Amino acid sequence: MPIRDDVVVIGGGLAGSMAALSAAESGAGVRLISHKKSTLRQASGLIDVLGAVDGDAPIADPFAALDRLPEEHPYRVVGAEGIREGLRRFDDVVGDRYLGSHTDRNALVPTHGGTIKPTARYPVSVAPGLASAAEDTLLVGFRGLTDFDPVAAAAHLEAAGVPFDVDGAVVEFPIQFRDDARTTRFAKAIDEDQEDVRDRLAGTVAAGIDGHDRVGFPAMLGDDHGTAVREYLEDRLGVAVFQIPTGPPSLLGMQLEDQLIDALERAEVRLSTGNPAVGYEAEDGRLTAVTVDRRGQEVPYHATEFVLATGGLVGKGIDSDRESVSEPLFGCHVPHPEDRYEWSESEAFGDHAFARFGVVPDDDLRPTDADSAVHFPNLRAAGGVLGGADVAREKSAAGVSIATGTYAGRRAGEEVAQ
Amino acid sequence: MSDAEFPQSTEPTVQDDFEPVSVFEDGEMDLRPGADNCYKCSVCDTTCPVAEVDDDFPGPKFQGPEQWRLKRKDDVEVDDSIMSCSNCMRCDDACPSGVPLSQMHNTARGEYVDEQMSKLSREYVRNRILANYGTLARLGSKVPRLTNLVMGNSLVQRLNEKLLGITAERDFPAFATRTFREWWRERGGPQVQSEDKRVAYFHGCYSNYNTPEVGKAMVRVFEEFGYEVVVPRQRCSGTPMFANGMLDDAERAASVNVSELSDLLEEGYDVIASCTSCSMSLRQEYPELFQLSGIEEVAANTYESLEYLRIHEDLDGALADAAVDEQAFAYHAPCHARNQGLDRQAVELFREVDGVEMEDVGDSCSGISGTYGWKEEKYETSMKIGEDMFEHMHDAAGEVGMTECPTCSMQMEHGTGYEIKHPLQLLEEALC
Ligand SMILES: Cc1cc2nc3c(=O)[nH]c(=O)nc-3n(C[C@H](O)[C@H](O)[C@H](O)COP(=O)(O)OP(=O)(O)OC[C@H]3O[C@@H](n4cnc5c(N)ncnc54)[C@H](O)[C@@H]3O)c2cc1C
Ligand code: SF4
Ligand code: SF4
Repeated sequence: MPIRDDVVVIGGGLAGSMAALSAAESGAGVRLISHKKSTLRQASGLIDVLGAVDGDAPIADPFAALDRLPEEHPYRVVGAEGIREGLRRFDDVVGDRYLGSHTDRNALVPTHGGTIKPTARYPVSVAPGLASAAEDTLLVGFRGLTDFDPVAAAAHLEAAGVPFDVDGAVVEFPIQFRDDARTTRFAKAIDEDQEDVRDRLAGTVAAGIDGHDRVGFPAMLGDDHGTAVREYLEDRLGVAVFQIPTGPPSLLGMQLEDQLIDALERAEVRLSTGNPAVGYEAEDGRLTAVTVDRRGQEVPYHATEFVLATGGLVGKGIDSDRESVSEPLFGCHVPHPEDRYEWSESEAFGDHAFARFGVVPDDDLRPTDADSAVHFPNLRAAGGVLGGADVAREKSAAGVSIATGTYAGRRAGEEVAQ
Repeated sequence: MSDAEFPQSTEPTVQDDFEPVSVFEDGEMDLRPGADNCYKCSVCDTTCPVAEVDDDFPGPKFQGPEQWRLKRKDDVEVDDSIMSCSNCMRCDDACPSGVPLSQMHNTARGEYVDEQMSKLSREYVRNRILANYGTLARLGSKVPRLTNLVMGNSLVQRLNEKLLGITAERDFPAFATRTFREWWRERGGPQVQSEDKRVAYFHGCYSNYNTPEVGKAMVRVFEEFGYEVVVPRQRCSGTPMFANGMLDDAERAASVNVSELSDLLEEGYDVIASCTSCSMSLRQEYPELFQLSGIEEVAANTYESLEYLRIHEDLDGALADAAVDEQAFAYHAPCHARNQGLDRQAVELFREVDGVEMEDVGDSCSGISGTYGWKEEKYETSMKIGEDMFEHMHDAAGEVGMTECPTCSMQMEHGTGYEIKHPLQLLEEALC
């Protein structure tokens, strides 16, 4: 007998992982198929639920703003309870490594570009830097690490009107690396305390503390020993120490990815990564298998229920060429203007049509065709592949993935149990 | 991206359907469209095990798309750091944008060795010897006991290091007193005949000369499932040659393999390998690098042995009633298994078997990467990369290691002193 499971989830990002976890909870045998590493490696590691609506930002309470979202927004399908359920499940995965579950309200996190991001969940190491705390702040960056410019970031934050003083300082990292060394290289050195780097780093920074209440570093303060590193630095510097989420490659994103994989393993989800799903088999209108390309041959993975979580334009769940936009795996309908020039606005952060491109779900998250009929009764979609949300502009990406992933996975599990 | 923001805030990327192998220009591969897909996210650099421990290694992004662009523009030579890439191919798997990184590295390395490396240098000679391990093994295995004695001699090892730059830290793998092929001949070839269940076994060098027990397990397990197994004439898969930039040697070996295997495909055989670097090579590197008749068909019909059974047989069912002696394993997934999507299958498969405890020792690279860890100047890097794996192996309950890759198994043994088995051997114990 070929490879068979109860539920097959396609896509190993945040949405797919949450879907697999929530399906496994119901007792179903779950397999997660993913082609590449998820975009979490590049993501900030922050979990945004809803930070802006129609250009109105920052939103203080995402739940209170749900009514202002368009009808076709995925949050409208899963509702406030769906979002809460997703967040609960996420909180279980990350345990005490994330904060924010004590309140519905958004926290304000300074980013490495010097903007303030309204977010629902954030790593513990980020917490002492929240912009709502009126404490004078020193941002420290390293010469040679071009990803983070502390002086510019400090100026941006001041300009954004934060209620405290911010200064930036570039210092020499105690160990000399090649010119374009990655953040991960710095992080490893600190993690392993190579060449007494922790002590030397503390020594370098201590001289510049000068009345500041807290010090922020780009997120590279160790990995396995991150907590110990921060405690050590706080002890030596006598002030709070926090991390600032960085752009790709992002250590906080990678750490979240690790936690998700651990959770999937604990839940005994079967992981098949490295090869893309390229097609499907169906019988009597129901999906019976997705086929995975293993360099030339297609191998069917059979299941009773399926979840499509292949991401948006970045994750390759939605494809576009000069003429049209499509969902490549099942050929699900993706509405878009005929005229390519209407796909986007001239302004980079404008209200782009393409940002909302994605499959159209019914009230059970099943993708529908142009006539609103479901493609398959046993296929649900979650995360970036869903249309209707402009997650970048709304600051809702991880939230949409978590809420819809959890919902789709739970429903798939329930259907199997029947 | 200036911020922890999204790339969506730019135009959607227009993806040209890019097939690196089909774009040739004047007989030379044009990988530019592949290079153009790179949006410099650096994810590949964060997964490179060499860059992680060797600060002088610029990483896959430089070796691939950046070097490619530089070279197209002016008369720039290939950077010699290409010889520090271990060809683990992890970067391939990491790139979200489908940049054919390892193909670029293999091509650049070939060019570097052809045009910039002195054929008289100690490095070239040493690399050529290492890359052609199969030839060495063929000679050595003619008098296995003598060879084992000589190669195990510490004086010889020190001489190897001094003269050739082959590290004296490692013990040469012992040659079996009877090769797999000898066993196969003496046993009288296949014991099962079948019209529709047929596989051709690509044993590779290592299970022929060094660990014939893996090959024997493969044969017994497949025959147990009713397969007719044949063992075609074959040469080295080419993996060590790619890694040392010896593309001509690799092409010669590939043409023998492809032609032998093509004939068998026509008779209804699928190709299976027990070494994940061999299957990787036949599947991916052959069609990426060479134009040989039948190469695509061979690539498409080559499988790793366990993978083949999982697709075609009810392995879970067969193992459900199996019980073996209580034993615990520390399992390491080879990089080349990872890249074929096979890194979880052994753990997944044996998890349910009575008596077996199987622990994955994590996703680090073992560090040996075939011939890489044998080079005197790379030995230290190789051991540094392996450190994580050694630690995890020590922490795991099992005192026996398990992996599909022969050189990973050398490294595992070298770093921990554990005995190492192949999943096929456990399958044999459970089913035969
Ligand atoms: C640079 C960047 C920064 C971000 N910053 C933030 C932030 O600050 N706050 C926030 O809340 N969110 C942020 N995000 C978004 C968030 O982390 C997730 O990317 C988002 O939630 C989308 O998740 P997803 O699971 O739907 O898709 P993805 O993460 O894109 O995952 C899709 C997965 O599907 C796989 N896949 C695609 N096609 C196939 C196929 N045919 N077969 C098998 N597998 C396939 C892909 O390989 C991938 O693993 C950021 C994202 C990026 C890229
Ligand atoms: S093949 Fe391996 S060693 Fe070489 S650049 Fe890629 S990840 Fe690094
Ligand atoms: S992962 Fe791919 S796109 Fe990103 S830098 Fe490397 S080659 Fe370029």
